[in-house]
This record gives sequence, C-alpha cells and structure tokens, in this order.
Amino acid sequence: MSGETLWYIFLNAAFINNFVLAYFLGICPFLGVSGKLDTASRMGGAVTFVMLVSSLSAYGIHQLLNAINAPYLQLISFIVVIASTVQLVEMFIKKFSPTLFRALGIFLPLITTNCAILAVALFQTNRGYDLMQCVVFALGAGIGFTIALVIMAGLREELDLSDLSNIVKGTAITIMVAGLLSITFMGFAGLGGH
Amino acid sequence: MNEFDLKKMVAQASSWEMIRALGGIGILCSLLIVFTFKVTLPIIEKNKAEYLEKSIFNVLPGATNKVTYKVTDNNDVERTDTNESGVRKVYAGYNDQSELVGIAVEASGQGFQDVIHLIYGYSPEKKAVIGFAVLESKETPGLGDKIQNDPAFLNNFEALDVALTDDASAPKNPIEMAKNGQKHHPWQIEAITGATISSRAVTKILKQSTEEFIPIIEKNLEKFKRNETS
Amino acid sequence: MNSSESSLSRFDTDAFIKGLWRENPVFVQVLGMCPTLAVSNTARNALAMGLATTFVLIMSSTLVSIFRKFIPKQVRIASFILIIATFVTMVDYFIQTISLDLYRALGAFIALIVVNCIILGRAEAFASKNTIGTSFLDALGMGAGFTFALLCLGAVREIVGIGTVFGISLFGPHYEPWTVMILPGGGFFTLGAWLLFFNWLKEREKKRQAAVLQIEKEAIQ
Repeated sequence: MSGETLWYIFLNAAFINNFVLAYFLGICPFLGVSGKLDTASRMGGAVTFVMLVSSLSAYGIHQLLNAINAPYLQLISFIVVIASTVQLVEMFIKKFSPTLFRALGIFLPLITTNCAILAVALFQTNRGYDLMQCVVFALGAGIGFTIALVIMAGLREELDLSDLSNIVKGTAITIMVAGLLSITFMGFAGLGGH
Repeated sequence: MNEFDLKKMVAQASSWEMIRALGGIGILCSLLIVFTFKVTLPIIEKNKAEYLEKSIFNVLPGATNKVTYKVTDNNDVERTDTNESGVRKVYAGYNDQSELVGIAVEASGQGFQDVIHLIYGYSPEKKAVIGFAVLESKETPGLGDKIQNDPAFLNNFEALDVALTDDASAPKNPIEMAKNGQKHHPWQIEAITGATISSRAVTKILKQSTEEFIPIIEKNLEKFKRNETS
Repeated sequence: MNSSESSLSRFDTDAFIKGLWRENPVFVQVLGMCPTLAVSNTARNALAMGLATTFVLIMSSTLVSIFRKFIPKQVRIASFILIIATFVTMVDYFIQTISLDLYRALGAFIALIVVNCIILGRAEAFASKNTIGTSFLDALGMGAGFTFALLCLGAVREIVGIGTVFGISLFGPHYEPWTVMILPGGGFFTLGAWLLFFNWLKEREKKRQAAVLQIEKEAIQ
C-alpha cells in the first residue's frame, strides 16, 4: 500500500509521468495511429478501457500468485490476460461499431503488444498499489495516453499541410515534436501538491 | 472415404496439434522458469541481504553487528530472523562491545520521478538522525539524484534533531525543509538548489517515518539495549 | 549493378549483417523503441538493455525455429509470446544476480522487453519460416543492430547530458551538462536526430543510385 493520495496518483499517471511523453511507452500505436484526430481519440478510449481491465486483473493475479507462492509466473499471466482482453475488446468493437473497427485496422490487435498496458500492470505491482489506487492509476494512464495521442494527432494534421523536406518527413519530425511535448509536460511537475 | 470425412479428419488432427503445441511449449517454458528461479533465488537473496547490511552499517557509524526486530500491532518489538513480508521492521546496530549504536529504519515515498527508498539511522543517545542513505531512486541524474551524493545535502543528516515531546508520542519539532541557505534549526533539512522536489520528497518521507517510528523505538529502548535472544 | 551489397554474398552471413545496418531494427524499421527509450539515458543502461533484449531475441528465435514445424498456424502468436515471456522472466532473474544496482536502474523495463515489437516481429517474419542456424544468425544480427542503436542513443545522451560515458568523466568537473538530454524529452530529440541522420544517408544513397542509373541509361543510348 503506497502512501500517495488517489488524486496525486491520477495526476502523476496522466500528466507528470505521462506514459507516452515521460516513459516512451505506447509509441508504436502513437506513431501509427496519431495521424488523424478522431482515430486517435478512439484508440485512446480503447486503450484506456483495456488498461482498466488489465489493471484489475493484474491486481487479482498478483494476490493469487503470492498466495500460491509462484511469483515467477507473473509476467506470463499478465501477458495472457492482456491478450485475452484485447481479443474481447476487438470482438466488442467489431459488433457495435464496424466503422471504428475498420478505422483502427491493424492497430487493434497491436494493443496487445502495447507496452503501455503491460507497464500499467507492472508499475502498479511494483509500487504496491491497493485496488482503488490501481483503478485510479489505470484511468490516469489511459487518459494521459489519450491526451498525448490527441495532441500529437492535431499537430500532425497541421504538419501534413506544411512543406517539409524529405529527410524530415514522417517519423523523424513526429519524434521531434513529441520531444517538445515531453518537455512541456514536465511543467506539470509538483502538481497535486506535496 | 469421401471428401467430408477427409476434411473432418484434417480438422481433428489440427485440434490435437494445437493442444500438443501449446501444452508442450507451456510445460517446457514452466520448467525453464522454475529452474531459473530456484537456481537464482539464493544468489539474489544473498545479494539483497549484503546490500541491506552494508546500508545499515552506513547509517549507523560504528555498528558491526545488526539484529532485525519486527514491530507488532501494539507497537512492541520482537527479534526476528525470518524474512517476513508485510510486517514493519527496524534494524538495531551494535558495536564491537555489544553496545547499541542506534536503530536503522527503511522508508519510502514518491519522489519527483519515481519512488525513493531510503534508510536512516537514529541514535537514542543523541535523540537525532545520524545517518542517511538512498537505497533506490530514479531521480533525475545530475539534479534530483544529488540527494544521494551531494555532500552539503548529506550534512543535514549528521545530527537531525528528532527529540520527542514530553509524553514521547511524537517528535517535538517535525522535520521540515528549509530553502538553501536558510537553515536555522537542527530539525530542518536544507534543500538542494535545482532539486527542490526531490529534497521535499526526502523531507516528507523522513518526517512521516520519524513520526511513526521514533516513539516506537523510544518505547522499546530498554529491549533494544538488552538485545536478548529470547 | 547493385553496389550496396557487401561482397560476402553467402546467405548465412548476410542474415547476420543485414540486422546491423541495412535493416537495422531501430533506425530503418523504426521498431522496438517503446520499452527501451526510457532506460537508455546512459551508455551503461543502454548496453544492458540491448544485451538483455538480444539474449531474449536469440533464445526465442532459436526456440521458435526449432519448434516451427510443430506449431500450428492458429496458435503461433500465443506460442511465440509464451516463449518470449519465459526468456524475459529468466533475464529478469539473471540481472538480479549480476547487479542489484543495474536491476534497480532498469526496473520494470526489463519485463517490458516482452512487448518489444522486434522480438515478436522476428519470430513471426523469420524464425518461424527458416532453419535454426539462419534464424540464430538473424536474431544475432538484429540484436547487435538494436544494441548498437541503443548505444548510439545512450552514449549521446550521457555524454551531452552528464558529461560522462560509462561513468567516466570526459570533460572534467566544470562541464555544464545539457540536462534535458537525459530527460525523456532529450531521448525523443536524440532519437529524432539519429533518424534524421539515417534518413539523410538513405536519401543520399537513393540519389546516388538514381544518378548511376541515369549514366547507364545515357551510355546505352
């Protein structure tokens, strides 16, 4: 059980230590999806949901593995749960919003290898968060991820219209802009009050 | 055999193959993991114990022997040798003459970047924190990580006053942070310029930990001094 | 005539060499950065991460290649992930035995090697379809290229951001470090700068080959 307040955990995960801009996690979908604003926001929503479910499952798995004294199975169990959750989310989206399903394309199954989701499970276990803290942490991480993704998408849509030389186009400029964003987000440090 | 039967046969073979593949790989992987775990566990435990002992002697200058005590629910202490988790522990350090040098306590809390784990040593004689060491931190290299090495910062912990109130329930003057160059009292920690958040984090961690543990240590002081192996 | 091929045209050696430069996973394929950028702020951390990832890459590619005929298509991703997660768990324990200090510096990011796109990518694209020896070499090459890329990142960040490399001070105690480089933002900038450099090299190569073709065309006419 960690001594931080719920509000601080949320702010920390969403802004101060934003998963994308501070930890470099979730970059693959970040670079691939963040081209368009609405796909980005929906991807963010899907990731937040998967993070929430994975976080709860990870908490449960951790308690279970400790009880049966098999902590070495942690990593494998986390991965299996995340993969299954993504399967379920994929089937869910396919059924209720085929347009979104098509728009997300390959990136939906790619959420499985999204470092950010596994990271949520790993970080919360390492920091010893209790159930409520886990939930808040996952929410903060997901919302922060979505915010970063949406800002990038907006910036990229503008960049698409501007005249860039060939060597800068594409990934290179996106990463540079992400760097600037990362520094900006550092301004949030100290938020949530000590 | 018609086409339908042939297809059914192929489909069935596939199911068995899937189970065989996943099951076989599953078993092989489990064996590898368990084997590695068992082989590395003693080495890792030894490493951790050595590191902890080194840190304890670091924050309790003069100590050459350590004894682990666990804190019970009613704030008494008992010697313990087992590696229980989820229980509060303090470490008593004794010198060559078996005299109590002090008690070392681990504490942790959120820093700027991630959680900071630290250990500090309390001397009942001086009623002050006499040693401080950072066990784990991911503070910004070059800035926040000065809490580990900066000599001026470490000076704070040579005699950090934590004398208790008359009823021994809490430190008279809770540890607080002072801006660089403005330290006036022996219970203040002077911050590092450019690393205010990390300094403040350390202050907060120590304040909370001393408020919790110093009264417990003082309450059980005789027990620590006697160091019986009952 | 393709002049960018090395003169060692034996397939086996090429399997190793292409991972280093031509198909470098980070700079060319732009893969596998997620779990590693955060902990490549010094050369030592970058090297450790690179080696740990290479170990997992080699072991999983080899194992996948050994079992490739026994793994049906439908369960291949699940099997690959099982294998990869196993070796990552092993590496996690190995690092703890070698150096607790290093383990603390890398933290949870060791476990995150399991979602490094490179490893799953190589298992799927190469190891599942090639012989054991070739898969091993491919993994070795990709791993070496990846470690090389991480070292480029970590070294630059440490040299500019602290003034040391592998802890050895380069500029003396009065060096004013460019601290942003060891922060996440600096990581992005460094990666972007290297990508720019590699893009520039690619563009230059393209122009050169176009010029060569043009000369040949004119020679024929």
